[in-house]
Amino acid sequence: MAEHLLEVEHLKQYFPVREGLFGSKPLKAVDDVSFTIDQGETLGLVGESGCGKTTVGRSILRLYVPTEGTVRFEGEEITAKNIHNLRKKMQMVFQDPYSSLNPRMTVEDIIGEPLDVHKMYSGKKERREKILYLMDLVGLNAEHATRYAHEFSGGQRQRIGIARALAVDPKFIVCDEPVSALDVSIQAQVINMFEDLQEKLGVAYLFIAHDLLVVRHISKNIAVMYLGHMVETAEANELMDHPIHPYTESLLSAVPIPDPKIARQKHRIMLEGDVPSPLHMPSGCPFRTRCRYATEKCAQAVPELTDRGGGHMVACWNK
Amino acid sequence: MEKYDPNQTPKKRPLSLQLDVSAFEKATEEEKKQQDVMSESTTFLKDGLKRLRRNKLSMFGIIVLILVLLSITVAPSIVPYGYEEILSVEGKRDKGAKNLKPFTYSKAEQNYIKKGGERFPHIFGTDEQCRDYFIRVIYGTRVSLTVGFFASIIVLIIGMIYGSISGYAGGRVDMIMMRIVDIIYSLPDMLMVILLSVVLGSRISLPKTSFLGKMGPNMLSLFIVFGLLYWVGMARLIRGQILSIKENDYVLAAKATGSSSGRIIRRHILPNCLSVIIVSTALQIPSAIFTESYLSFIGLGVQAPMPSLGSLANAARGGLQTYPYKLVFPAAMICLIVLSLNLLGDGLRDAFDPKLRR
Repeated sequence: MAEHLLEVEHLKQYFPVREGLFGSKPLKAVDDVSFTIDQGETLGLVGESGCGKTTVGRSILRLYVPTEGTVRFEGEEITAKNIHNLRKKMQMVFQDPYSSLNPRMTVEDIIGEPLDVHKMYSGKKERREKILYLMDLVGLNAEHATRYAHEFSGGQRQRIGIARALAVDPKFIVCDEPVSALDVSIQAQVINMFEDLQEKLGVAYLFIAHDLLVVRHISKNIAVMYLGHMVETAEANELMDHPIHPYTESLLSAVPIPDPKIARQKHRIMLEGDVPSPLHMPSGCPFRTRCRYATEKCAQAVPELTDRGGGHMVACWNK
Repeated sequence: MEKYDPNQTPKKRPLSLQLDVSAFEKATEEEKKQQDVMSESTTFLKDGLKRLRRNKLSMFGIIVLILVLLSITVAPSIVPYGYEEILSVEGKRDKGAKNLKPFTYSKAEQNYIKKGGERFPHIFGTDEQCRDYFIRVIYGTRVSLTVGFFASIIVLIIGMIYGSISGYAGGRVDMIMMRIVDIIYSLPDMLMVILLSVVLGSRISLPKTSFLGKMGPNMLSLFIVFGLLYWVGMARLIRGQILSIKENDYVLAAKATGSSSGRIIRRHILPNCLSVIIVSTALQIPSAIFTESYLSFIGLGVQAPMPSLGSLANAARGGLQTYPYKLVFPAAMICLIVLSLNLLGDGLRDAFDPKLRR
């Protein structure tokens, strides 16, 4: 088997939630998720709000200590000991460009912070040169270096965040909904920039988003999550054109189509009810409470991801 | 469908409500440049000071404070009297120089001036023990300001360290640290001052020449009590700030880059509660001055003959009917200092909050 850049195996992330006076109950934010990402590739991670997408990204970077499971980066298991050095190779871009930049720091210091932490320069001159190179890379002017974050627009702020992530020359970046907070015209610019950077620097992305069209555009593979479980994963076009899991089907039917003629003919699959609370998970398949194909078997056991041909993995008993 | 050509202006259809694009002119390069003019970039400190200068009220506060500081440093070397010196003329004790009005001389002094001698005027008059009142008020201000300043520094340092550890660590550590704060909060501070000054007064003998030694064990115990008890308010305040600031994504981003907890607190969290720290420290100084004055007023303050504004006010209380100005001088001094510190604190907060920047 070829060496993967990042291997996530049976990742579980539970958070204790207080109940009553003394008891606490685990909130299963991520329950048994496995996937791999290769060098220079993009995995798109989609799912609705609160399904654990962000938690997956943060657990990989060990911003949360995973409850169970292993994350291997370049074949090396990530532990509390080696995480500091691995942070030179793994970085993160955040969703909200307003709260992810410190309002008290200049752009230069924000981008330079990873360099400072990992002592990646020999003098002030080299630090400045590196920062200006990074700013140029993400399309910021050199004269912006001494400004504060609040002087910039959302798109520019996101560029600063991306430059910060690129500062240590990482091989892998977790992009946690990096374009959700931007408006549509800026989204396109930033996504194109992500692609250009991948081409230029060969970084791999875990691209978390809820906009399926954006994800299809940028990703090689797509994984769909529901309530902390991974329900389907496949090559991007395969998943978009031939979804198998009923949840993916309904998700895709909700994607807006820019052409009204086609949109009128389209059949929208409406889901019944709400997402169950992750504190009170349904038995068996997590999606069974809203699934139109649900049978008795679904309530008894959790379906495993099985290969339906060509690497198209689906976790469903009936499809 | 026709292909869109960005260089060609589309034609307006006859009945369309759309704007006629051909009526627009293309912007020249020069005009485009005018769009990206931004204000000149400055550093955080420079920018803050610039805005502080524009604030008239806080400038007034600063000027008053500078004048007060100047007079308490310069005046003792100009005025030829000491704060504990009982006035004398030509080596003889001047018994007539009791409770003089401002800018008046006693009989002995008048005779001396008639003979051709020079005598420095008693700007605020004299007190009932024939001491120059002006120099006593000056020294009193010195003592009060020093106490206020150092007590606030003690409170700030302890409160900041304790509060930031408690807020940043969170969870069980935070719970235990805050319960300790609650316990300290419930101790009666006056009782502590009294007990400590009794114990310290008998146990510790400070060298009489040192500044602290001249102020006496009461002042030392006041500092200790500030260090032991009064930091809890500051600690709570900073903990609350940190609890809300640490939820920001930039703290998480700093963690993701591998910053240590100490670095995150120093570089990301504390600078963002700077405005609260500045204001509460600026307000802590007057409150410490008040506490000192109050303790001096009830006789637990500085040791005589060292004056403080509070003990001067207390001494003036006796002759309030006859010599009301003796109360006015120290009281006015307290008011001036407290008012200007408050104005300065407010101005600093406005100047250093980047979100209020225009």
